[in-house]
Amino acid sequence: MTAQDVELPIVSNEDVVRVRQLVRAVAAEAGMSLVDQTKIVTAASELARNTFVHGGGGSARVESVVNARGRAGVRLVVTDNGPGIPDIDKALTEGWTSGSGLGLGLPGARRLADEFELDTKAGEGTTVTVTKWIR
Amino acid sequence: MDRVPILKIGDVLLVSIQIDLQDQTVLALQEDLADRIVKTGARGVIIDITAVDIVDSFIGRMFATIASMSRLMDAETVVVGMRPAVAITLVELGLSLGGVRTALDLEKGMRVLGAPLPAVRPGTS
Ligand SMILES: Nc1ncnc2c1ncn2[C@@H]1O[C@H](COP(=O)(O)OP(=O)(O)OP(=O)(O)O)[C@@H](O)[C@H]1O
Ligand SMILES: [Mg+2]
Repeated sequence: MTAQDVELPIVSNEDVVRVRQLVRAVAAEAGMSLVDQTKIVTAASELARNTFVHGGGGSARVESVVNARGRAGVRLVVTDNGPGIPDIDKALTEGWTSGSGLGLGLPGARRLADEFELDTKAGEGTTVTVTKWIR
Repeated sequence: MDRVPILKIGDVLLVSIQIDLQDQTVLALQEDLADRIVKTGARGVIIDITAVDIVDSFIGRMFATIASMSRLMDAETVVVGMRPAVAITLVELGLSLGGVRTALDLEKGMRVLGAPLPAVRPGTS
């Protein structure tokens, strides 16, 4: 297996660290700048923690991608079969949390990524996809 | 789970983070530090993050928590050695760390705390 397309479980705090390390490795291998690596790894940390804490666990897939114009990037897909997010607008509002967090994770990850997609359904689960392109 | 060691240098507790922090380690460090401040009567805490390659909302919140907690126990906290890429990312993440004192490196951090600087080795300037 190469670092091209790897899936990791997120069922513990250690797994959140492993997701960060994997995103770092794939982003570095793709030739991403240090600042952009740091941004996508930080976004990954927020999303993986959300999957573990709010989603009851799930998994992360990290891919090296190329768009139609030949631009390379790194994509992270985190997914869970947890309770889902009932109000997406609220969840994406900075400072809004259903727990004891700062409500920074989701809006922060959205800002740190170039592309952000949130797919969720109450009672079924949540999938967040973020992509960072190489400049 | 790994624990982050806490060193005592005079009146200052030095925490140098050399591992990938998981959330449990962060929580354990907060508790260990509170304990050590009370036991040693330390007047300052330095958190050296020179080796830390990301600070997310959980780790960032730890700095703020340690800073307020140590203040309640009459000690001041300084976070030193933040990498430029980490600083840029923290701002974009939306974490301002308003109440946390920072310094560029360990030496400047010690100076902020009014702690005596480590002796200079012969042959260095
Ligand atoms: N995977 C998920 N499953 C269910 N709910 C989620 C998920 N991710 C986020 N949420 C909901 O969205 C809210 C906002 O998430 P966000 O990451 O911004 O803040 P937080 O996790 O509460 O705090 P922080 O990330 O600052 O520690 C959460 O409080 C939670 O209610
Ligand atoms: Mg969160």
